[in-house]
Amino acid sequence: MSVLPVNDTSLWKPTRLLNRRVELAVKLIFGLFALVSVATTIGIIATLIFETFEFFREVSMVSFLTDSKWTPLFSSAQFGIFVLVSATVMLSGIAISVALPLGLLSAICLSEYASPKLRSILKPLLEVLAGIPSVVFGYFALLLVTPFLQSITPGLEGFNALSAGVVLGVSITPLVASLSEDAISAVPQSLRDGAYALGATKRETIISVVLPAALSGIVSSVILAVSRAIGETMIVTLAAGQHPRLGLNPFVPVMAMTAFIVQASLGDTPAGSLAYKTIYAVGMSLFVLTLILNIFSFWFVRRFREKYE
Amino acid sequence: MDEQMEAVLRAEQVSVSYSGSTAVKNVYLNIPRNRVVAFIGPSGCGKSTILRCFNRMNDLVAGAKMDGRITFNDVDIYDSSVDPVDLRRQVVMVFQKPNPFPKSIYENIAFGARINGYQGDMDELVERSLQQAAIWDEVKDKLKDSGLALSGGQQQRLCIARAIAIQPEVILMDEPCSALDPISTLRVEELIKKLIENYTIVIVTHNMQQASRVSDYTAFFNAKATETGGKMGYLVEYDRTENIFHNPQQQATQEYVSGRFG
Repeated sequence: MSVLPVNDTSLWKPTRLLNRRVELAVKLIFGLFALVSVATTIGIIATLIFETFEFFREVSMVSFLTDSKWTPLFSSAQFGIFVLVSATVMLSGIAISVALPLGLLSAICLSEYASPKLRSILKPLLEVLAGIPSVVFGYFALLLVTPFLQSITPGLEGFNALSAGVVLGVSITPLVASLSEDAISAVPQSLRDGAYALGATKRETIISVVLPAALSGIVSSVILAVSRAIGETMIVTLAAGQHPRLGLNPFVPVMAMTAFIVQASLGDTPAGSLAYKTIYAVGMSLFVLTLILNIFSFWFVRRFREKYE
Repeated sequence: MDEQMEAVLRAEQVSVSYSGSTAVKNVYLNIPRNRVVAFIGPSGCGKSTILRCFNRMNDLVAGAKMDGRITFNDVDIYDSSVDPVDLRRQVVMVFQKPNPFPKSIYENIAFGARINGYQGDMDELVERSLQQAAIWDEVKDKLKDSGLALSGGQQQRLCIARAIAIQPEVILMDEPCSALDPISTLRVEELIKKLIENYTIVIVTHNMQQASRVSDYTAFFNAKATETGGKMGYLVEYDRTENIFHNPQQQATQEYVSGRFG
């Protein structure tokens, strides 16, 4: 075998200049696409802030936060945002008290108790539940769950927070289950073995070792689910009603923040009118609520995440 | 082997298979009380597998199957009347990688005692266990801190303290020092020698010096290739440690302890 010639420059013609230009072009293209998504987010937030600012030039912050009625479309308009917030909080509260036990217990069942075969059936089923359009859930709440609840709950009105909240909870259950299951599965097997090797039963291992180790993941899944519930629109618009009402009575029609946005957007709301700006003010409030939750979740995960080697 | 020695654990004709393929075959072994027994041998020879049979940890592995008989204080531990949870309280295990629970140091110790219904003074038990594991002086001022905040060597001694806390008879150690630095290894070895007054210890190790330093008896396992291309482990020789290292009866043992393979 002959030895390869060393430094025979005539054989090598690298296209360095072209390469550099292609690299630059590729970088620009990727940067541009990244910029589009960032710019969209910034644009939305800027619009929200601008229109909200316009809104507060006509309505004082004090009445926005303290009015006990929400009647922006009436001639004697009142803008008590807490009327809508109370409905949204109540709906999300009912939803999470359904979704947390359902989702967490299914996650434990899937990751700790189910055989691989059972798991391969259950997990796709749960994901199908996540794929059901929310409008279907809304009709399901209105036409099936509400009549059923009315038959066991005297005084339950046709539109009510209870039914909407329960169905909302079912709709976010897959989210809680799936993310919690990820968190539980991420707990190293060595921790479980450690507990078993001290004479712990399966239940003791799960409750005292696995769940605390997965806590940060579980909490962030719950917060994400609450954020989803707060922003969810179709179910609460269809099943909870359109009646702005301050308070936490789940048996009567209420109006969630998203439901107001739907109602006001569907009507003839001229651009620049106060009603138009109100939509943005409510949108901004929604945004702030979810942002606070997300920041809390971020903080919580960083504070309580256990690092395993 | 001294026949008069009282055996705590006894393995008779033990074979273990995972999903049908035999991992280790036909092991006979007695573990004498208040002694350290080391299992040595190349990777895949089944030493950890046998260790995990002694407290039925293999029950937790899907597809694992054991044949033969293992007795603990003359009771067949695979008998249907034996609760593996109860067995593991008396035959505890310390693992290769330190695995403290994501709890405080105190709770790491108290957990095992609590689930096993300990009625005595918990503070005293925690202190005594940490003292026995030679880690008390390092952690006594931070019992509320997370066990995960300790160094690797401290974590492993915490895991040993956690095992001692439930007052077992036997401590199984599966390569307890392989993830530790030499100083931490030395401390764990000193600890093992001290613990032997009260406990029986079975230790799996890849480190032959460690086996010769800490153990009274050594079992040498080897592996041979099977027709299907897998490996099957078997017990080659089991004797007093000085005999295994200085006067082995088998050619394979001689070659392994002198570093010719493995």
